[in-house]
Amino acid sequence: MNPDASTIAAGAPIEVDLSPIAEGQDIKVFWRGKPIYISHRTKKQIDEARAVNVASLPDPQSDEARVKSGHEQWLVVIGICTHLGCIPIAHEGSYDGFFCPCHGSVYDTSGRIRQGPAPSNLPVPPYQFVSDTKIQIG
Amino acid sequence: MSGPSDYQPSNPALQWIERRLPIFGLIHSSFVAYPTPRNLNYWWTFGAILSFMLGMQILTGVILAMHYTPNADLAFKSVELIVRDVNYGWLLRNMHAVGASMFFVAVYVHMFRGLYYGSYKEPREVLWILGVIIYLLMMATGFMGYVLPWGQMSFWGATVITNLFSAVPYVGESIVTLLWGGYAVGNPTLNRFFSLHYLLPFVIAGVVVLHVWALHVAGQNNPDGVEPKTEKDTVPFTPHATIKDMFGVACFMLLYAWFIFYMPNYLGDADNYIPANPGVTPPHIVPEWYYLPFYAILRSIPDKLAGVVAMFGAIIILCFLPWLDSAKTRSSKYRPLAKQFFWIFVAVCILLGYLGAQPPEGIYVIAGRILTFCYFAYFLIVLPLLARIEKPRPVPNSISDAVLAKTGSRSTPMVSTAIVLALAASLFASSVDTAKAAEGGDKPPGNKWSFAGPFGTFDRGALQRGLKVYKEVCASCHGLSYVAFRNLAEPGGPGYSVAQAAAFASEYKVKDGPNDAGDMFERAGRPADYFPSPFPNEQAARAANGGAAPPDLSLITKARSYKRGFPWFIFDVFTQYQEQGPDYVAAVLQGYEEKVPEGVTIPEGSYYNKYFPGHAIKMPKPISDGQVTYDDGAPATVAQYAKDVTTFLMWTAEPHMEARKRLGFQVFVFLIIFAGLMYFTKKKVWAASH
Repeated sequence: MNPDASTIAAGAPIEVDLSPIAEGQDIKVFWRGKPIYISHRTKKQIDEARAVNVASLPDPQSDEARVKSGHEQWLVVIGICTHLGCIPIAHEGSYDGFFCPCHGSVYDTSGRIRQGPAPSNLPVPPYQFVSDTKIQIG
Repeated sequence: MSGPSDYQPSNPALQWIERRLPIFGLIHSSFVAYPTPRNLNYWWTFGAILSFMLGMQILTGVILAMHYTPNADLAFKSVELIVRDVNYGWLLRNMHAVGASMFFVAVYVHMFRGLYYGSYKEPREVLWILGVIIYLLMMATGFMGYVLPWGQMSFWGATVITNLFSAVPYVGESIVTLLWGGYAVGNPTLNRFFSLHYLLPFVIAGVVVLHVWALHVAGQNNPDGVEPKTEKDTVPFTPHATIKDMFGVACFMLLYAWFIFYMPNYLGDADNYIPANPGVTPPHIVPEWYYLPFYAILRSIPDKLAGVVAMFGAIIILCFLPWLDSAKTRSSKYRPLAKQFFWIFVAVCILLGYLGAQPPEGIYVIAGRILTFCYFAYFLIVLPLLARIEKPRPVPNSISDAVLAKTGSRSTPMVSTAIVLALAASLFASSVDTAKAAEGGDKPPGNKWSFAGPFGTFDRGALQRGLKVYKEVCASCHGLSYVAFRNLAEPGGPGYSVAQAAAFASEYKVKDGPNDAGDMFERAGRPADYFPSPFPNEQAARAANGGAAPPDLSLITKARSYKRGFPWFIFDVFTQYQEQGPDYVAAVLQGYEEKVPEGVTIPEGSYYNKYFPGHAIKMPKPISDGQVTYDDGAPATVAQYAKDVTTFLMWTAEPHMEARKRLGFQVFVFLIIFAGLMYFTKKKVWAASH
């Protein structure tokens, strides 16, 4: 009952052009039926994400480990709450990141879990920068 | 089913079969001669009611499956087409959807009955465990059935429930992928759920056979919890139990019919009339009411894995009940303390159910934790402890003694009632306050609708005027894609003739093709065509309207609602109030205000609306006084427009509403007469046994 060949084929990597996304904006693209949030973070958001004491987090992970170096302004995460799979809303919640309306999990500007029942951070999908303004997800 | 039968049919043909396959003997010994305790009360009729409901669900389900399409792109529409176009499709669908709820109502009564009278105790442990297995299968079947209409709640319910399995350490993610058949809930998920939803009811039927078999080996328990000793203690199953069960089923059908014909959407969720959208999570995901207590347990545990374990544990623990409660006395009738705790437990379950439907914040979380503790404490602390410290009252020597005495139940149920009431009152008092504070939005004012109530019909004038308003105003942005022009001439609608509907259709241009040259072309509309949508697809609609796609209006009055809150949602069952949708739609149309109140900020490109959740609506004020000219002299005011167009949209959402209410009345007359006849027959049959 695992995914059939066509489903797997449809899950091939996709390319996303980042140039239309202004600072402070984010877009949602679908890859393998999952929403992927691509956020163009502001300086303030990056600083917020880097200012916290990593050890104090429920799922300790530094912001540096969650973005590609040289492209700190771009946060790419799978927008599926790690609790029970709802889609968190961007730019909401007390940490300026994501807020899940289902059971109240709050994620910060790095997509890390800060509050609520979700056990772990929003996962970062496999992706790389093809050029400065283009990424390939998958 | 207890040993070889000495039954011999009198008909020679039946004798011939009986010698080769003793099926008539089996039926005779199981359902005719079978000795049933003579002191059974009406709580024992729920076994028959459950069999009836299972049969009903399978029957309606098989027919529905003939018309349903299990495909993510077509499922929602196929359900709407069943309701609109299949002969009595609306009835089948209501019977099946409401039937699931009624099945659970009956199973909960049946389970609480078993709990109260100790029906799980030796020698009925296997019987009880089979029952728990049936219950688990029912939950799986009900859940997968709820996914099939592929509305928003179906999709997100499926997402949340399948994600429960991701909590399993190490293999969780693989299990979830296996359930989905893809990387997310999607078409493969829908297909396999449909397959399993069709299969599981027959598995349930199989386990029910085992359940009944075990019942007939161990014999039925009874309210006094003493085994039948002599012939005097029992009566033959037929006619005594048969007729009593028939009366029970008839009464239950009255309740069932109440929901089928008058409140078909009361037990569902308005969000499920919005087609599934993987990109938008509804603000508040709620499972069907029968899962709510377990959902509340899941949410009250802050850890994901522990929450899932607790939720499944809450059901699995029932399997161990025969050994957790080791008290010798079966019936709580003779256990003064167990009886009190039983009622507290019932209250705990109901309150957990209430909490499961509330947002997971503030007082609800704390209350949820306390009640989750109470739930498990009942099984793990209270029952084992009571078995040791409680002094039960003496049980009667035999069933016939108990029937003759008939004074045993003079004890005081006061204490437990008081506890339950106090518990409920305190919790509700606190919850109502927080609910008020949390909501913030204005509740739409109630309206007097011609279609409300058990005899409500659509006001033809309002339907025709509403159609005009839709055509001249709403149609520039909103589609009406489930309504065909031919519907305008159908009974229970705006009352146009077939010729008028055809003329109306011919004013529209409909895209058709490809023709022989392979080109698409436009032609005049025909009655069989559907109202054309103003935008070719959702993205175009979104782009043309500042990012917010105008919703299709075919189902809008059923897809919108607002929270009624306690205690209104209970009163609504009796008053048949179900016009939240129309009230909301009418209110939004009239809720535009120039002056934005203080404390509310409206973003650029949005408008202030008093009744819209969050107040910032993308749709500009759609209609003003005098914009549409009425030919029949009705006032050309926004209030009148709102009323007319809402009435029209109620009809588009449910074109067969008049037929539903009319048939409902006939069914009620029949059922009341039938139940009365059954009652008096039962009295006659039992006259000698009481």
